[in-house]
Amino acid sequence: MFGKLTLDAIPLHEPILVVTMIAVALGGFGLVAALTYFKKWGYLWTEWLTSVDHKKIGVMYILVALVMLLRGFADAIMMRTQQALAHGGSEGYLPPHHYDQIFTAHGTIMIFFVAMPMVIGLMNIVTPLQIGARDVAFPFLNSLSFWLFAISMVLMNMSLFIGEFAMTGWVAYPPLSGIEYSPGVGVDYYIWALQISGIGTLLTGVNFFVTIIKMRAPGMGLMKMPIFTWTILCTSVIICGAFPILTVTLAMLTLDRYLDFHFFTNEAGGNPMMYVNLIWAWGHPEVYILILPAFGVFSEVTAVFARKRLFGYASMVWATVAITVLSFVVWLHHFFTMGSGASVNAFFGIATMIIAIPTGVKIFTWLFTMYRGRLEFTTPILWTLGFIITFSIGGMTGVLLAVPGADFLLHNSLFLIAHFHNVIIGGAVFGYLAGITYWFPKAFGFRLHEGWGKASFWCWIIGFYLAFMPLYILGFMGMTRRLNQVTNPEWVPMTYVAVCGAALIGIGILCTLIQFVVSVIKRKELADVTGDPWDARTLEWSTSSPPPFYNFAVTPRGNRIDEFHEMKRDGLPPAPTKYAPIHMPKNTGVGLIMSMGALVFGFALIWHIWWLAGLSFVGIFAVLIYNSYNTDVDYYVQPDEIERIEKAHIQAKAKQA
Amino acid sequence: MSSEVLSNHAAHADEHEHEHHHDAGEMKVFGFWIYLMTDCILFATLFAGYAVLSTAYAGGPTPKDLIDLKLVLVETFALLFSSITYGMAMLAMYRGDKGKVLGWLAATFLFGAVFLSIELYEFHHLIHEGAAPQVSAYWSAFFTLVGTHGLHVSAGLVWMAVMMHQVASRGLTPVTQTRLSCLSLFWHFLDVVWICVFTVVYLMGAL
Repeated sequence: MFGKLTLDAIPLHEPILVVTMIAVALGGFGLVAALTYFKKWGYLWTEWLTSVDHKKIGVMYILVALVMLLRGFADAIMMRTQQALAHGGSEGYLPPHHYDQIFTAHGTIMIFFVAMPMVIGLMNIVTPLQIGARDVAFPFLNSLSFWLFAISMVLMNMSLFIGEFAMTGWVAYPPLSGIEYSPGVGVDYYIWALQISGIGTLLTGVNFFVTIIKMRAPGMGLMKMPIFTWTILCTSVIICGAFPILTVTLAMLTLDRYLDFHFFTNEAGGNPMMYVNLIWAWGHPEVYILILPAFGVFSEVTAVFARKRLFGYASMVWATVAITVLSFVVWLHHFFTMGSGASVNAFFGIATMIIAIPTGVKIFTWLFTMYRGRLEFTTPILWTLGFIITFSIGGMTGVLLAVPGADFLLHNSLFLIAHFHNVIIGGAVFGYLAGITYWFPKAFGFRLHEGWGKASFWCWIIGFYLAFMPLYILGFMGMTRRLNQVTNPEWVPMTYVAVCGAALIGIGILCTLIQFVVSVIKRKELADVTGDPWDARTLEWSTSSPPPFYNFAVTPRGNRIDEFHEMKRDGLPPAPTKYAPIHMPKNTGVGLIMSMGALVFGFALIWHIWWLAGLSFVGIFAVLIYNSYNTDVDYYVQPDEIERIEKAHIQAKAKQA
Repeated sequence: MSSEVLSNHAAHADEHEHEHHHDAGEMKVFGFWIYLMTDCILFATLFAGYAVLSTAYAGGPTPKDLIDLKLVLVETFALLFSSITYGMAMLAMYRGDKGKVLGWLAATFLFGAVFLSIELYEFHHLIHEGAAPQVSAYWSAFFTLVGTHGLHVSAGLVWMAVMMHQVASRGLTPVTQTRLSCLSLFWHFLDVVWICVFTVVYLMGAL
């Protein structure tokens, strides 16, 4: 009846997990109680859960990302303390089977449930506004994508309290992840969480590609798009090209585990190295999915706060496109040690080094934009400066690792760990935090508190150097990744430095959270009624903050690069006297309902509850087909309502002036 | 949102709206194209996996021993004819001939069902002869690649049944026409994939 699921699956013997369980239960109970007490269920359902508004979906993505950042960071600090404690005869406090789950969960969460939703959240909030559109191409699909992602996050977190998570590392190489060596449900949680969220991501990629190609404001040719939109276009292309590979790879692993197929097994002709190739054929493009939008953020932020147009727009665009193409031809550098021979390794080594060229072009483009600009040292620009320095170091260690000979020594060492945290934290995460600070006033109508933002920045950057520079050194000293015990006494001092750095990053995260709370409390002081708090350059700042649900009362034009900046120079046109009806999609809970079905489906498959899996699978498609008969999906916003909303905005602006 | 809700398009069938719906339909078809390209990469990955494992028989049976090309030829023609009949359905749709659309869709469905039945028979036969997907990596890859195509055809058949019902009950509205166009793309795409399966898996494997 319940497959492999029994009461023993709940890990009551693990004190750390029991405490977490109690905390989550109390937190969840508090949330439900608060929603009931303040009678907010209806508001939550109509305004958020069933919303197809890209801005709200974007906010929900980032909210989930921030929550998951806390869990991913908790995993990180546990690993760091374990390594700082477990030496000289001490075993530390995390037994290997728990420690292995933690490092797997840390990687999986940080990539799939923190970095990805940050990227997709930002692209949701910003892209349609930047191109002067009223929503994305397929708003219902967008809601479905979000909910598929959200329930995968739930599935992933269920592994904490029901059963276990994978103990394989975040890319789950077979044969270790095969049924023979991982007979538990951990790898199954990994597979289904990633598979379902991957489908959501793929749909997002298709959606945003079509949105950017088809829905740009009149006059906005491709070479007039804001750079952030360009990076999102390229990111969407990479998603469409790479995520199907992940789908197939995970499906093959699933067949191996569930139906005794032999894709990646040791016996019957299976080929584990094929998995490693396939997962990185997705995985390397994936890291560019994470970094390109961050590059886009830095481009916007630099131009706005240097008060200059971006230096070398065309070269920035072509650098982005070049990286998009090259991202697909370097995957083998993740396993030069496979032994594919000198020529193959040389090809992938050189291809990897070539990526440094367009990336270098970008770095110089930002520097030349700042050169002779009037740089305003706001929080977003601090993140940008921190990024330029940190990312350059990470890029150089990357080029070092791209030399196959050097890689044979450094493979799987802490040098590698230091390198990719160097580019992901110092590149992608700094970019997301800059982007959140920069676009927060657009999404909510008030700015984030600068003081706490700067405090967060300094903790993050100093913490980053303290936490990861020692790892470069430890890598050279021969320490490998994923060690449960520090076996060489010479490594110990550096693990102490690293744990201090991790703690400082923790304070940085805390500062960010305080920043949100303080900003909400002081929202009156920080309010922005103009819609353009930074004197910015692109179309998203031409509407009010937060924008009305239809984004633009009148479709803007995008004739020039930095159209809004040019409009301000020419003198903004007067408010129109007459508005036309606006066609908008209706809210729908179908995406949420289908995703709930997917959650049940995934859970049933993990625990081999076949009848429930079959039932939920049929249910998902029944809802989909039933919904296809629904014609009540859109409506027109009438001119009088538009006029009322627009007038309120104009009056608020006049009042402040 | 307090806006007046207008669910009935017929009430507002002015020029502007007509244009808008045309755009929305066109955008859906374009989006579906992009989705199909991602599906293409999905199949490309399966083909790559098949190629890597194409000689991993592990001492078990080989495709040369077991595959009956005559049966596959019948199967292939069933699918190719179904593409022609779907094309006829689309031509009838452009003429606005609802009855013919339904007739050609039914013919397409039938050909698709014949294709699937032969495929299922072939799978049954292979497993019976000792070439189950559990036997060797080669057969794992074979069943996964051919089976994924078969699953797509099955999904296409379900979709087609739903479309026949919608066209029958609602007629050729802009919405059903857009959906028929998407299904048309999907169906022809599956044909193209099958040509690759036929060549790479069956001809190169069995000859």
